[in-house]
Amino acid sequence: MAEREQKKKSTPTREEEEEVVDDVPATSESGEKIKAELDDLLDEIDDVLEQNAEDFVKSYIQKGGQ
Amino acid sequence: MAVDKICGIETEFGIFVRGRSESNPIAASSMLINAYVQDLARSGQSARTAPRVGWDFEDEMPHNDARGRASTDVQPPEVETHLVNAVLTNGARYYVDHAHPECSTPECADAFEVVTWDRAAEEILRRSMEASRSMLADDEEIVVHKNNSDGKGNSYGCHENYLLAREVPFGRIVREVTPFFVTRQLYCGAGKIGTEAPGLNAADVPYQLSQRADFFEEEVGLETTLKRPIVNTRDEPHADAQKYRRLHVIIGDANMSEVATYLKVGTTAIVLAMIEDDELGLDLALRSPVAALRDVSHDLTLRRVLELANGGTITPIDLQWEYHERARKYAEVHGLECIGQEVGDDVLTRWEDVLTRLETDPSSAADTVDWVAKQRLLDGYRERHGLDPGDDRLLAIGLQYHDLRPGKCLAERAGLATITDPAAVEAAITDPPHTTRAYFRGRCLQKWPEAIVAANWDSLVFDVGGDPLRRVPMMEPSRGTAAHVGTLIDECETAADLLARLGS
Repeated sequence: MAEREQKKKSTPTREEEEEVVDDVPATSESGEKIKAELDDLLDEIDDVLEQNAEDFVKSYIQKGGQ
Repeated sequence: MAVDKICGIETEFGIFVRGRSESNPIAASSMLINAYVQDLARSGQSARTAPRVGWDFEDEMPHNDARGRASTDVQPPEVETHLVNAVLTNGARYYVDHAHPECSTPECADAFEVVTWDRAAEEILRRSMEASRSMLADDEEIVVHKNNSDGKGNSYGCHENYLLAREVPFGRIVREVTPFFVTRQLYCGAGKIGTEAPGLNAADVPYQLSQRADFFEEEVGLETTLKRPIVNTRDEPHADAQKYRRLHVIIGDANMSEVATYLKVGTTAIVLAMIEDDELGLDLALRSPVAALRDVSHDLTLRRVLELANGGTITPIDLQWEYHERARKYAEVHGLECIGQEVGDDVLTRWEDVLTRLETDPSSAADTVDWVAKQRLLDGYRERHGLDPGDDRLLAIGLQYHDLRPGKCLAERAGLATITDPAAVEAAITDPPHTTRAYFRGRCLQKWPEAIVAANWDSLVFDVGGDPLRRVPMMEPSRGTAAHVGTLIDECETAADLLARLGS
């Protein structure tokens, strides 16, 4: 395993990836954007969700599949 | 040299009738598909949409086993010839399979085409739901889900198919693809609340990567409905059996994420090409693949080590990195022409990207990986409303993520990246890919629907009056493309002209 780790880390693509990970400002910016989008989605989810969740979940039966 | 990895997806959809306390899923599936077909027949394009071409069961052999034995101890899958079965002008097959509506994409040349025609299949199901409204009471509605589990121990499949050279020993395919199938769920799992594995409950497994992993009990076998195997041995090539195999992959989840579908098909095609060219090696075999499949699905840390058959251990992500690295080297030496060079290069890049993100911070893959996107939704909703993990509203979200109704589909709102062109998806609802024999099937159905009495994957049967019926075999999946027969079809006025030209 140790050997595998080393081999992997030495490839150019892995180095590039580490640079991306270091790029903190971009990451947190996109993180905030994602959080804002999630908030919007959670705001509207109740309008879309099945009204009677309990009945819906209970009656959801799908037999006879491969 | 690996043969061209012609591929496609067949999806069984979940179905129920909203507004009815009990509904018969076979009747609902038939109504759904009939509604779509009748709607096409009524519309202005009826002459181009082949309303009533039946499926030809001539080449169905689901009981043939790739390991070469006649099976005596298992129930072979049934061929159900009496249910609704339509062939569409885009080259797809749309039918009732067991108790579900199923749509098989046409044969595609690469993973990107598969995504486009898989999205077209979703649109076809949406239009079918809309068309079925006129057949139902005002307060009733057929609802279709693109998922694989009802959460109560019942599963239904999303199968993939890949063309392979016949001479590849089946045992090698099984050995070398199994560890890949066990771990690709890291990025193609569609996510599931709780577990349906015997002996476990939601307290043991609150959430898992895959919809399907709980249902697999064997490493290899012919079954598809019980004792499901990681590698399915159905030997039914739908092509020249001397030259080809069709690997029938039953382990995948149906994906809502386009990129997940793209990765699922693209990475699998590359791995199969490597196995075909004997460039993969045996050292990644797992000690207990069936147990490992569940362990990977149940472990949200993605870090639990798996035991290798050679005595070593490896994490699921590192196992995927091994496949990825070998694939990169394979691409350097052999090229990726057999899966489409441009798509192949792109798949390698995206594969690396998704593994990097899953390794660094799984939540960063929420725009790509279904199980992450769904988990984010569930966690957000649970925290906002202070719910218990087993709350019915969370279970409802877990189901409705896969709802195909416009406006009701939660995946549609979950921030998933898209890669298809909407105009291309719209065209793919009626038009076949240009790159495989599906082109010949689709164009003939568009141009001469009245002259075609039956169709299946490897032939079309024509009735041009007078003469006996004429079967046109299509045993080469890579022939019958736009490049091969586009001009011919354009130049022929009637089906009789076509048959005369083909016969000469």
